[in-house]
Amino acid sequence: MAKHRGRGVASVNYPIGMNLGGDPSQALVHATPTGKFVVTLSSIDLGQGMKSVTRQLAAETLGVPIEDVHVDTGDSDTGPHCMGSFASRGTHRAGNAVVAAAREAKEVLLEVAAEELEVDPRDLELDGRGNVRVKGAPARALSVRDVAQAAHFKRGKSISGRGMFLVPPSDVDPDTGAMRPVTTYAHACMIVDVEVDDETGEVRVLSIKAAYEIGRALNIGLVEQQLVGGAWMGISHALFETVEPYYPDRAHGPTDFNGYLMPGPGDMCPVEIEIIERPALDGPYGAKGIGEMCATPPIPAIANAIEDAIGVRITEMPFTPEKILRALDAKRAGR
Amino acid sequence: MVTAVSFTLNGTAVAAVAEPAETLLSVLRHRLGDTSPKAGCLQGTCGACTVLLDGEPVLSCLLLADAAEGRRVETVRGLADGPTLHPLQEAFMDRFAAQCGFCTPGMIMAAKALLDRNPNPTREEVIEAISGNVCRCTGYLPIIEAILEAARRLAARR
Amino acid sequence: MRIRKELFADERDDDLAIVGKPVRRQDIEGHVTGRTTFFDDRLVPGLLHIRCVRSTHDHARIRAIDTREAERVPGVRRILRWADLPKKAHNILTIFNFGIDDEPALADGKVRYRGEPIVAIVAESLRAADEAVAKVRVDYDPLPAVFDVEEALKPDAPLVNEYIGRNWFRYWGDYDCQQIRFGDVEAAFRQADVIVEGRYQMSPIEHAPLETQGCIVVPGEDGRFTVYTCTQGLHFSLDNTAAQLRLDTNRLHFIGGTVGGGFGGKVDTVVEPLAVLAAMLTGRPVRYVFTRAEEMQVSSPRGAERVYITDGVTRDGRILARKIVHYHDAGAYSRLSTYGTIKSAAHHPGPYWIPNVWVDSFCVFTNRTPSSAMRGFGVTGGDFALESQMDAVARAIGMDPLELRIKNAYRDGDMKAHRKLTEGAALIECIQVAAELARWPLSEEARSASSRIGGGGDRGRVPPTPPARTRLSDRGEGERGRETSRIDAAERPSARATTPPPSWLRSEARAVEARAVEDGARRAAEGGEGRRREEQEPPEPPRPASGHGALRFSSVFGSRRR
Ligand code: FES
Ligand code: FES
Repeated sequence: MAKHRGRGVASVNYPIGMNLGGDPSQALVHATPTGKFVVTLSSIDLGQGMKSVTRQLAAETLGVPIEDVHVDTGDSDTGPHCMGSFASRGTHRAGNAVVAAAREAKEVLLEVAAEELEVDPRDLELDGRGNVRVKGAPARALSVRDVAQAAHFKRGKSISGRGMFLVPPSDVDPDTGAMRPVTTYAHACMIVDVEVDDETGEVRVLSIKAAYEIGRALNIGLVEQQLVGGAWMGISHALFETVEPYYPDRAHGPTDFNGYLMPGPGDMCPVEIEIIERPALDGPYGAKGIGEMCATPPIPAIANAIEDAIGVRITEMPFTPEKILRALDAKRAGR
Repeated sequence: MVTAVSFTLNGTAVAAVAEPAETLLSVLRHRLGDTSPKAGCLQGTCGACTVLLDGEPVLSCLLLADAAEGRRVETVRGLADGPTLHPLQEAFMDRFAAQCGFCTPGMIMAAKALLDRNPNPTREEVIEAISGNVCRCTGYLPIIEAILEAARRLAARR
Repeated sequence: MRIRKELFADERDDDLAIVGKPVRRQDIEGHVTGRTTFFDDRLVPGLLHIRCVRSTHDHARIRAIDTREAERVPGVRRILRWADLPKKAHNILTIFNFGIDDEPALADGKVRYRGEPIVAIVAESLRAADEAVAKVRVDYDPLPAVFDVEEALKPDAPLVNEYIGRNWFRYWGDYDCQQIRFGDVEAAFRQADVIVEGRYQMSPIEHAPLETQGCIVVPGEDGRFTVYTCTQGLHFSLDNTAAQLRLDTNRLHFIGGTVGGGFGGKVDTVVEPLAVLAAMLTGRPVRYVFTRAEEMQVSSPRGAERVYITDGVTRDGRILARKIVHYHDAGAYSRLSTYGTIKSAAHHPGPYWIPNVWVDSFCVFTNRTPSSAMRGFGVTGGDFALESQMDAVARAIGMDPLELRIKNAYRDGDMKAHRKLTEGAALIECIQVAAELARWPLSEEARSASSRIGGGGDRGRVPPTPPARTRLSDRGEGERGRETSRIDAAERPSARATTPPPSWLRSEARAVEARAVEDGARRAAEGGEGRRREEQEPPEPPRPASGHGALRFSSVFGSRRR
């Protein structure tokens, strides 16, 4: 009876957005009279950071400080249509819509500023600190606030923009399955070390090392949140989780967190991740989506590591001690 | 049938009516309007409803409101000192220790109870302190880091 | 966390001011101060509460529902039944003209899974609602139930869902599964040195967001209803609620966007329609929130999946052919499973260039909680299978598992099985970086491989593909008492090896196999490749045995379910 170490790998890709497209998102951006910006959406923040990445995208595109942008979402009367937060689509679809809306708003902003400064709008740029200035002549500048005031109270112009993003729907050939599922994929490879106790059947994940190619990390802090949280969920799926422990038998389904097991704070291993960016041609600043793919690779990687450790392949999720002990018994019995 | 219950909530004396067998969580949320403690399970298995009762973390979904009579109740609503956030709150913000934020109020209160009695906890002690609090989003690592960071910041202040 | 900027450096610019920075979350201060407002943090006076009477049977006809005692419980304001529903059955994708309205919001005289809502009690307090729930008497006439996806496809299996009419979903008019056909897997299996088979199973998984799903509906003074909700698709749920209640969409005002975790579990729109209906019928604000136990057992989980994979591989590690039969357990109703099944077909054969691919992806109905989307929908179960299988292949030929992956990784310009060219591939680079992090030694060849080199050319073409249609035909379409089923493969030999067919097809499979053997013998006589076949008991699916004696590795037989 002993503990055995093993190492397993998995490499995966992930389709970004709803399969077959046809899942639009819209965004509206407008300036207040004092030159602050509101992004209006109906996209959902369920923890993944929707409000935060769209805010960054708007600030980047407009060229204004992040503090000057607020994202308002979740009201169907004011927020234009968004298909929803699923299918790793939020960053890609809603993000693109926000960039488009911010671009349109910025055009108006620059037009008004150009009229005020009596220059060609193409000669203007934003300095990222709340000012519009003439390229190459930074002394000739106006604050965004002043431009917004002029637009509102002098020139009667709305500094605002509309954005829409749609991947056109794809047909499916029923015979061959020819289709265009999505336009871009994210990628990952994960290497997991485990320790398997052949007496108790328990598996401990010792470390996770992974590389993720995500197009563009829009906020490295949010990326890390997703990838670490996802790694945890993947471990949890692999080793613990199911509402039907004896599937397809319906018996013994858990109804609370005492019965539905998940790793606790003390069970989580160190996670080391490096990011690769191969920008998506149609992503906002090249970004893809990472919310879903991060929970996947731990599952096969752990299965592979278990086989590496004890020489049995577990082919049914989750890899519970019971399944591992039964597989070891079968192996010993030469089955 | 209703009874009255009174206690201190985040330093302020409060009184509320409660149905028989009404929980502290329900009184806080529905009678007193402090919705910061969350109802994640109402079974005592998730920790989202954690508040401090005389400084000790309790699951307010299991505790009858009567049990708070005359005692001191603290929720995350009362943690900031005016506009100044508690170091735990600051650390949770800086360390990206919340995603959906549903577990956060309970998590922070569990951590506060720890730091109040043990200002210099080890990683294991932090883990122990939050082991009754479920988080479905973060994988716990940033939460653990945030609590350790808050302890360091508190120590630096002293 | 480090960004490897040297990779694909020529494709990425590095001149962004705010994008990329670890800016604090916009919502974080609300989270740490407890001021973030989730739907249930709306304090609405005078709320009514909903609790449902739920089926205690997996499958049963309802003879009678007696609510007389429940109605007398003080505080009960209304009891909703199927008869109260403006639309008697619904599916959330039919608003986009996809799928079949197959699910009643309250039982329609039959229950198809344990936990299915039968009637909804609307009461002044949760306590009153719970008390009334306990007093409703439902008289059931139990029916035989089916739980296993392959059992469900048997001709004598109990019919789960009459709206669907058979225990599987038909795609594109009359296709029994979503199929992918790319090249000729059978021919390629004959070229292979090694055949590797696997069977993989994922059980249902709960999203377990810390906030359970629910909503609060407030009737407005203008004939509109404001719905505070935790849906993951605001307009999607609004439109679906309106469709179910046959309301104009502008009579609904949905407010949400701040959700306590979702993971795909808050898309189905199961709470909003009943709550709005209750508000319409009572004129009062209504709250309907799942208990944790309901969230665990009644809300739709990530569906179970069963995946069979057969790979034909050369000794030097090229995967020549991959054949996949993928069963998605939808439970009793479609929800989003019809969509996930297509997505899963599109995802195969994984991020690899494999010149011959066959996929049959089935959406199967059983008497369990309807499943739906979850983080990685259509992908997670498949990736578990595919990446387990990759290791099984590596072991079978004695190759390093990362080297095998790099060797077969898709590259720019490669044709995918769903007939789109690969662009922006980066699997190889991910493997290289992960190997570096873990100090996993790679060969020089693997270290110098690139996603941008070596793809395209012949790899970018669609190979000749013999047509092959998989059929699970049921005579007497959509009626009870289907008597026979068969794979209609006789005239299309390459449909032969649906790997492996459900056990009830064994006799047919054997007949087909016999024909195949004759075929092979004839071809051998004509100088082509013959087929040899080891006899196996019990008769198993047609096996892609090869004329030159492929080795066979299989997890299919070693892992029968308990
Ligand atoms: S709500 Fe109290 S422990 Fe979950
Ligand atoms: S942040 Fe969502 S549960 Fe912890």
